[in-house]
Formats: sequence, structure tokens, C-alpha cells
Amino acid sequence: MAETAEKTQTAGNTEMAEPAGVAWRVRGMRRRSTRTWRIRTSAVITLAVVLAVLLVPPLVHLDEQAVDLAAKLQPPSLAHPFGTDDVGRDLLLRCVYGLRVSLLVGVVAAVVATVIGTAVGAAAAAAGGRVDRLVMRLVDLFSSVPHLLLGIFIVAMFRPGVWPVVVSVALTHWLSTARIVRAEVLSLRSRPYVDAAISGGASRMRVAVRHLLPGVLPQAGLAAVLMVPHAVWHESALSFLGLGLPTHQASLGTLVQSARGALLAGDWWPTLFPGLFIIVPTLAIAGLAGAWRERLNPRRRSELML
Amino acid sequence: MLELDAITAGYEPRKPVIAGISLSVRPGESVGLLGPSGCGKSTLARVAALLHRPDAGRVVIDGTEATGWRHRAPRSQRTAFGVVFQQPRLSADPRLTLSALIAEPLRATGRAAEAADGAREFAARVGLGEDLLGRRPHEVSDGQLQRACVARALILRPRWLVCDEMTAMLDASTTAALVRVVEDYRADSGAGLLAVGHDRVLLERWCDRTVHWSEPAA
Repeated sequence: MAETAEKTQTAGNTEMAEPAGVAWRVRGMRRRSTRTWRIRTSAVITLAVVLAVLLVPPLVHLDEQAVDLAAKLQPPSLAHPFGTDDVGRDLLLRCVYGLRVSLLVGVVAAVVATVIGTAVGAAAAAAGGRVDRLVMRLVDLFSSVPHLLLGIFIVAMFRPGVWPVVVSVALTHWLSTARIVRAEVLSLRSRPYVDAAISGGASRMRVAVRHLLPGVLPQAGLAAVLMVPHAVWHESALSFLGLGLPTHQASLGTLVQSARGALLAGDWWPTLFPGLFIIVPTLAIAGLAGAWRERLNPRRRSELML
Repeated sequence: MLELDAITAGYEPRKPVIAGISLSVRPGESVGLLGPSGCGKSTLARVAALLHRPDAGRVVIDGTEATGWRHRAPRSQRTAFGVVFQQPRLSADPRLTLSALIAEPLRATGRAAEAADGAREFAARVGLGEDLLGRRPHEVSDGQLQRACVARALILRPRWLVCDEMTAMLDASTTAALVRVVEDYRADSGAGLLAVGHDRVLLERWCDRTVHWSEPAA
């Protein structure tokens, strides 16, 4: 009796110490630690960016439009950590103001696009049949036009400014959200718990609000957050092409655009820093959204790449 | 009287799962519907409970012919049926606690004031401890969740019960307990029962009468 107990114990031990299992576990831990590191870095950068964008303008009384022709195109120094542009404006300050405008455009456009997409997707799924097919074919039709091109058409109809850019980005980016929400609603709608709710006397409205919407909201929210970086890139692209914001107004796109001439003369800083401001915060936001998506649906790891 | 008259139903046009099936359940009677998987017995149960619109045929409930299904059916007609499904995991909204799940039909029909008491009363009936009522579906076992689903089906005191493979996922003792709960309710209220299943021994012991389907779409 004792012998068998001992035997099973040793058997248990060998199983525990199995080399393959240990190697696998170590690899898993390493992967997890890089993931935590990535999430922390993303969180710190996002927090820093949000604080800078919210706090610098009210607290720091410096004019980002102040021209100082005596100090034009100065390389980075202690007085101007990012250098100055071709009319001597401080680039650090302009980058922060530019990020403020770009993020505002990005967030508002992402929210508007998500609301439109959720409404269209949910309505299509709820209506079903011919309406659903017609709406989704229209979505396909819109998707077949390159959305930057469509966005250019839309901004070109207005005078340059912040709101045309918001409208242009929002109106070209609700399509994917509509598809996601429609698919999600269709899948939730056919679950037996919706049948149970109907049999329990729930109205259409109650089924939608109590059972379907809470299931769709995480997906829609995630789509909104993932869209913020994309919308920022679009704002930058439109402004870089000279179609977005007026050139005197600092945004990340206009900053890069007005720095092109200096780059040809070998002055790298007016392009590099706004460029980094486009890339780093948007990747940080995307990293956070990716972590959220991983928690939401661990099986979709492969889609994490942005 | 629950009458299904020449029902043809399916999920694709021109490909009916069941064709021309008739079945009737008298008040207080229990009818077992037996058949191999895929023969369409669950579809018939869904048609009977007004959850799936048939392509042809009539459903008459206590003398009134059903004219709409799902949300198009009047609320009083829908709530005349208590439905229990095969898989408790799928038939419970994962966001609701068990007490909210059990009381959901009361809230949905504008009787929120009775919700707390109703949930407690019916949880006791199906043998769910008070400590489980605050948990969500993923925190309880299949058997416990199915007990909650049975409580939800009974809470509006329906005149008809439709149990679609209610006990297929459960062990013998939970099966016996839930069949006892349903039978006690029927003895109380005189409700009719349509029980769908593939377990011949169980249904023949449980029901007054069993109907066998051998061929698909027979």
C-alpha cells in the first residue's frame, strides 16, 4: 500500500519535472512579461500624452504662434528642446499644440464613426432580409472606394478647418464598425437566451437594450479606440496634402508639411519631432487597445497586429 | 388545448425540416416527443412555443389561432409558454446573476416589484440555495444553471410547458429532481407539457403519452 503511494508520488514528480513542460512554461512567462512591458509602456506614454495635451495650454503661458525670426531654424538646444521652425517658433510647443488638435480630431471622428457604424450595423441586423442585404451591399460599395480618396473629396467641399476634417474622417471610417456590429448582433440574436427572453414576454426594445447592446458595446468601444490612431493618421495625411487644417494652425500634419522645405536643406528636426509625435502616441494607444482586445477575446491573438 | 396542425417548418425556403406534422396536447396532459437527432423535433417545439414561424400549418392555443411568431405574437400568448432549452449555458444571458435571470420575465412584463420575492420563491422550488442567487452563469455548474432556467420558465406560471431536451446535459439525480419540479408544478397548475427528447426510457416514464418519430420529416 505504502509502496504504491510512493510510486505514484515519484511518477507525479517526474511528470512535473518533464523538460518539455518546463521549457514551454518559461517561454509562456517570457511572452507574458514582454506583453506586460508593452502594456505598461503604452499606458505611460498615453497618460503622458493626455496630460501634456490637457495641461500644457492652460498652465504654460507661451504662445505657440510667437514668431522670432532671429532664432529661425535652430537645432535642438536647451532653450528649444525640439529646435525651432523656419520662422523661429518653438517646435516642442507647436508639437504639443499640434498633438492636441490631431487627437481632438481623432477622438471626435472615431466616436462619430463608431456611433454611425453601430447604428447602421445594428439596424441592418435588426431589420434583416432585404434591408440588411441592401445596406450591407452599400457598405461594400463604399468600402470599394479608397477611403483616403473619399475623404479628400469630402474635405474638398469645405473651407479648410477642423470640422471638415472630422466629418471627412468620420464619414469614411464607420464601415468596418458597421460590419463588426452587424455580425455581433446577428450572432447574439440567434442565441437561445434571446428565445428565452421572447418567451418571457420581453419586447423588442427590451431584448435590444438588455441582452444585445451590452454584448455589442465592448466590441464597438474597442473599434472606437482602435480607430483613434487611424483617424490621427488620416488627419495628418489630409493636412500634409494641404487639404486639412489651414497651415498656420499647428497640427501634426501641417507641422510635417511646412517642414518639407527645411528637410531639403538638411534641417532634420522640424520633420523628425512631429513625425515621432504622430507615430509614438498613436502606437501607444493602439498597444493599449490591442491589450484590451486580447482580454476581450483571447482566441484572436493573431489580429493584434495593427 | 394546444394544437399543431399540418406544420411545415424549416430554416431555408423549399427545404423543410418537418412537413405536415400534426400533434395536440390536452390541458394537463404530458406528451413526450421522441426521435433521433436531426429529425426536427426541436423545430416543432420551437414552432409550438411561438419561437419559430412555420412555413405552413396552424398553431391553435386554447382555441385561439396564433397569427404571429416571436415578437409578432401578443405578449399574453408568448408568456403562456414556459420554455426550457437543452443547453443552459446558451440559454442564460451571461451578464445576469441567477436571481436576475430567474426574475427576468417578471421585469420584462412590468412586474418588477415582485421580482425579488418571485426569484427567491422559485429558486427554492427548483432547489437552488440562496447563496447561489448572486452568482453569474459562469460561476455555477450546468445542473445548477438548468435549475435556474426551469425556475425562469415557471415564474410567469405558464399554462403550457415546452421542454426541449431539458435533461440531456444533466446527471441522473438532477434529471430526477427537475422532472419532479416540473411534475409538481403541473400538478399544482394543471399545465400541459410537451417534452422533447431522445431518451425513450425517461420520456415513457415521465409522460402520459409518447409520440415516436423514426424517419426524418416523417
